Amino acid sequence: MLMDFLQVGLYGVVLGSILTLGAIGVSLIYGILRFAHFAHGDLMALGAYFALSLVVGLGFPVWASAPFAIVAAALAAIAIDQIVYRRLRRVEPVILLISSFGIAIALRSIIQLVWGPHNQVYVKGIQMPWRVGDLIVKPDHVWIVLGAVVLVIALHLFLTRTKTGKAMRAMSDNMDLALVSGIPAERVIMATWAVGGGLAAVAGIFLAMDTRLHPVMGWSVLLPVFAAAILGGIGRPYGAIAGGMVIGMAMELSTMIIDPTYKPAVAFGLMVLMLIVRPQGLFKGNA
Amino acid sequence: MSLLTIEGVTGGYGGADILHGVDLRVGPGEIVVIIGPNGAGKSTLMKAAFGLVTIREGAVLFERRDITRLRPDQIVREGVSYVPQERNVFPSMTVHENLEMGAFIRDDDIRPQLDKIYDLFPRLGERRDQVAGSMSGGERQMLAMGRALMLEPKLLLLDEPTAGLSPLFMDQTFERIQSINRTGIGILMVEQNAKQALAICDRGYVLTMGRNRVEDTGASLLANKDVAEMFLGG
Repeated sequence: MLMDFLQVGLYGVVLGSILTLGAIGVSLIYGILRFAHFAHGDLMALGAYFALSLVVGLGFPVWASAPFAIVAAALAAIAIDQIVYRRLRRVEPVILLISSFGIAIALRSIIQLVWGPHNQVYVKGIQMPWRVGDLIVKPDHVWIVLGAVVLVIALHLFLTRTKTGKAMRAMSDNMDLALVSGIPAERVIMATWAVGGGLAAVAGIFLAMDTRLHPVMGWSVLLPVFAAAILGGIGRPYGAIAGGMVIGMAMELSTMIIDPTYKPAVAFGLMVLMLIVRPQGLFKGNA
Repeated sequence: MSLLTIEGVTGGYGGADILHGVDLRVGPGEIVVIIGPNGAGKSTLMKAAFGLVTIREGAVLFERRDITRLRPDQIVREGVSYVPQERNVFPSMTVHENLEMGAFIRDDDIRPQLDKIYDLFPRLGERRDQVAGSMSGGERQMLAMGRALMLEPKLLLLDEPTAGLSPLFMDQTFERIQSINRTGIGILMVEQNAKQALAICDRGYVLTMGRNRVEDTGASLLANKDVAEMFLGG
């Protein structure tokens, strides 16, 4: 029973790592642009498929394809923002939200057109798991968790040590004051999309490593990603880290009691509960 | 030569005009105060000098350069800094980071200027790693001014710097404004606390219903019967 718990807990940490990377982007974008970015799941999928192109086309290992996918997804995010969202910044946030819905559908269709509608994987065949005591650990799981830890630390350093990172926090804190201080809003917004898009690509690659590539992979994980962002207090990237872990754990641990099919329902339930009981998120804040 | 010249400005925030042909001038190193009843357009007049108001007629000049149509982020680069009345700090960031954000557009070494600000406001120096949102109203007002001074502006715009402060902090704030001014920085401020503001200023403008009413030196305005009756509580 304890072993089962640890084994499922491990899956929870893996899923939590993936959700965290997606939720940080959602939270950053919400903090600065004040809209819920519904295309974030499909941006994750796009990143995963960018990596697939190098894996299949050039025979690269996944880890070597990741940097390319990160850059490509960051550029895609910036392009989407410049072409679509930028024009809508002065209107109601709800219009941005709906337009991101449209972008989500468009991205999914592009993925289907370019890479096909069927399931795909980076590496064919069975991966030999390691045994740690009675615990079964897949090498991919280790990479996913380590990768997420490294990226979260890098993000922390970026937000607290660099001028652009601090400007992002400033804009999310008080947009009007940032503008009268002369902070170049459009440049910081671009950097935000680059960071959000890059992290989304990694989240997508990790999700594909853990499961498989499929055009709706991002869409189906969007709900838990939002649940994580809301749990952490949307607009607060640090909260998203905790939110991602809690949602990931809750989803996996729930499979010990109820049918795994209901995993997304667990995330949804937690999100609704959170919005009713503590809409400001787990942590106190001023936003 | 004037630092700031506002000439016959008419405008508002897109809807009905709030200002109707207002004139105002700030000389280098002067403290100028705008007083008047609620809704007279005092803050609006000051915001007009910072690109935050839609100006339909008239002009705003800074050191003879026309800044009427410039945006706030462009005006900041000309040497004007603005301290809003409310929400004038970055609450989740530390004192130090707030000041750094004030200096965002500077590419040179900002340490000498940081030291100057910590000298001027020792309280900020003691609390440089504290988060702004957890500080008192008076400390936040100091931080807001410190943030605006990071660019070493020639003109500082202050929107009701003593609003909501305790009498002790009010006195301190007026003293600080004078010490800032002594370093050669021109100051234009809107103030509810007219008596004290007129006492420290060089010149004052009385605004009513978006129009110039009286313009005189601080001392003369304090002595002016009509002004006293209207705004100084007798």
